[in-house]
Amino acid sequence: MSLLEVSGLTAGYGIVQVLFGLDFTVDAGEAVVILGANGSGKTTTLRAVSGMIASSGDVVLDGQRVTNSRPDELLRRGVAHVPQGRGTIVDLTVEDNLRVGAYSRPAGDVDAEIARWYEVFPRLGERRSQAAGSMSGGEQQMLAIARAFMSRPRLVLLDEPSLGLAPLVTREVFDRVGELVRDTGTAVLLVEQNANLALAFASRAYVLEAGRIVNAGTAAQLQGDESIRKAYLGS
Amino acid sequence: MEEFISYLFIGLGNGAVYAMLGLGLVVIYRSTGLLNFAQGEMAMFATFIVWTLADSGLPLWLAMFGGMFGGFVIGVVVHQVVVRPVGDPHQKPLAVVIVTIGMFLGFNALAKLIWGADDKTLLNLFGRSGIDIFGTEVAWQKLGALAVLAIEAVIFWMLFQRTKIGLAMRAVASNPESSALCGIPVTRVLMFGWGLATAIGAVAGTFTAPITAVSSNLMQLTLIYAFAAITLGGFDSFVGAIVGGLLVGVLSDVLPRYVDFFEKMPLAPAFILILVVLLVRPEGIFGQRKVSRV
Repeated sequence: MSLLEVSGLTAGYGIVQVLFGLDFTVDAGEAVVILGANGSGKTTTLRAVSGMIASSGDVVLDGQRVTNSRPDELLRRGVAHVPQGRGTIVDLTVEDNLRVGAYSRPAGDVDAEIARWYEVFPRLGERRSQAAGSMSGGEQQMLAIARAFMSRPRLVLLDEPSLGLAPLVTREVFDRVGELVRDTGTAVLLVEQNANLALAFASRAYVLEAGRIVNAGTAAQLQGDESIRKAYLGS
Repeated sequence: MEEFISYLFIGLGNGAVYAMLGLGLVVIYRSTGLLNFAQGEMAMFATFIVWTLADSGLPLWLAMFGGMFGGFVIGVVVHQVVVRPVGDPHQKPLAVVIVTIGMFLGFNALAKLIWGADDKTLLNLFGRSGIDIFGTEVAWQKLGALAVLAIEAVIFWMLFQRTKIGLAMRAVASNPESSALCGIPVTRVLMFGWGLATAIGAVAGTFTAPITAVSSNLMQLTLIYAFAAITLGGFDSFVGAIVGGLLVGVLSDVLPRYVDFFEKMPLAPAFILILVVLLVRPEGIFGQRKVSRV
């Protein structure tokens, strides 16, 4: 049984339907990417899974149907969502952002865990009492990811971490998340349009076009796929 | 000089009450992102509960705590039944602000309906005596208001900076969507904010009532002063509400005694203050200018 099983997922905004029956799965500890161009429905997919927008179809977590559960309920079940544009709480300090990430957990060992994150991302430690909004995009992305992991999730939904970041910074973010996934055994469902980076990061991939999944396979298979090379890899 | 000290403490005591109502306005502004024009009327309603309890023989202090509890419930109900169904104030601020104006009229009418139009009296929480300060008699009631404000300030600081619910309130104020994604039950946090704001309104009302009388118009002037206070201090700043409240109180009670122009118009200093602050420093003395990189 997969950790996350999605079938027939449809969603949209008002009368505009964006997703037309998606099926995909994520296993425990696995990194999966949904590739897609701008406007293909990547962000909508994650928003529908985490209950930020209404959807129909089945979102099944650990065999339990959680379709349309509120985001805070899903978080308590182990699904953390790093939204598009990072979603750092800009008026709060870096440290308070991390504390917010641990909101669903008992207070006990939160301080120790925050200290650990400062070791993983020293920049966050240096800026712990600074407003999160004053940091650079890459630093805020690291903060958003660290904050998501503060809830000890089993699955992290990661929405286009490369957005608005310089290529070098993007690569570093992917490297760090890759390490985190390996070290903690947390599953990641990534949506991206940077196919090069995403296929190197994930083990399996789905390709989303205009709200439908048009291709799926292992990352290696898709890297070799002619249509993918044309559409995303530029050669 | 003695005269000045007397007016000064009257101003500080009244200012403390403006600050209390201002704190409630700031709580709502920071958590829900809107100016609640019904804040004063909700406080008035809670003060009627204080009066009802005191009238039935409860000591005034206990009656005030009862009114605070009643106010908390009123705040929660208003948020759930009236404010939330209208929609997200961040997306349609005008609709929600107009709803608060509607609540202003509604609470006013409802209070008249329940308690009648005749004035009721509420006694001073700190009695009628005073203490000699620099040769001037200063009423315990005014000093008491300052002391209660100080206690409220400490409780607020502890609540917002040292507790989990406080952290959640600050997070929701800044970014409700991300807060929800981090597992914060946003609606419950907002309910708590509205409850808290109305509960301290009961305290402000309990201090205002002995000066005038308990009536449906109890908090209308106080609300104008409280608006002046938070405009001066900054809509999003608790420190601003307190400093602003005290300053507005002192200005409004001292200026009319010495400046002929203000003698006939005791509200004028508050309005002029609002105007000048909005022109010179729109975010207020302690208000935050948003700093963020996208």
